[in-house]
Amino acid sequence: MVPLSYYLLLSGILFVCGVLGFLIKRNIITIFMSIELMLNGVNLSFVAFAAHWHALRGQIFVFFVMVVAAAEAAVGLAIIIAVYRTRETLNVDQVNLLKL
Amino acid sequence: MLHLILFLVFGAICVAGAINLLTQRHPIDSALSLVVVMASLAVEYLLLGAEFVAAVQVIVYAGAIMVLFVLVIMLLNAGVEERTKGSRIAVLLGVPGVVIAGVLVAWILLHRVNAAPVPIGAQPGDPRDIARILFHDFLLPFEITSVLIMIAILGAVVLASRPEAVVKRASAEASKAAPELVGAGKEH
Repeated sequence: MVPLSYYLLLSGILFVCGVLGFLIKRNIITIFMSIELMLNGVNLSFVAFAAHWHALRGQIFVFFVMVVAAAEAAVGLAIIIAVYRTRETLNVDQVNLLKL
Repeated sequence: MLHLILFLVFGAICVAGAINLLTQRHPIDSALSLVVVMASLAVEYLLLGAEFVAAVQVIVYAGAIMVLFVLVIMLLNAGVEERTKGSRIAVLLGVPGVVIAGVLVAWILLHRVNAAPVPIGAQPGDPRDIARILFHDFLLPFEITSVLIMIAILGAVVLASRPEAVVKRASAEASKAAPELVGAGKEH
């Protein structure tokens, strides 16, 4: 038996790590991975609440989050490839112009 | 008791992986620590009685999405990231602020939330019940997500394909460099 708040704490820690990575990392791929980390933290709280309230619908939302994450990963990585092709760098500090 | 120990062990692995993601400087190390985070989260889902979610987590997240990441990292030959100096004020104000906010949130969660322990395996999490909800109550959102995936795939192909002008130029240069090769290719 694990208290619900432990799960929420773990979920919060993961989310905060994701936010931190998003803010401090400079590699565009790592920034993208931080977003995935945030999504994972939210998924954990979805599943924990689903178990807490005996509502299976919470798990359904995890699937929708995963679908959106997969779509986001596909489009985002394509954008990263396009950015690398035009600028030949992955450092977000050097990607500061909308149009070359 | 066993569940608590398992939760703590895999939660610690999870947090360690997340922190390792932040501290590593090479993207491939970050990607592998993200795989660790996702795999240990799958164990947490198992502890919560969500077997199907755990399986999907391993297959989709730790499998498909992370393979995509690793593929892009290797494709672009990403190296060690360069650090930029952050501002001193951000460190001075930000770190205490984060600590205070974290302690507050942890205190509220531990004391104020009606924290009944989560019983393990008390809820039906088997694929049959999930499928009944997913394909009955949530049929419309399910179909909409399939359209979303479709659009995402098309968008990824459009974004990642090279612009037409570049392809034409490259093929023109190739035919100029080796016209007999291109001609031989056309015959077949």
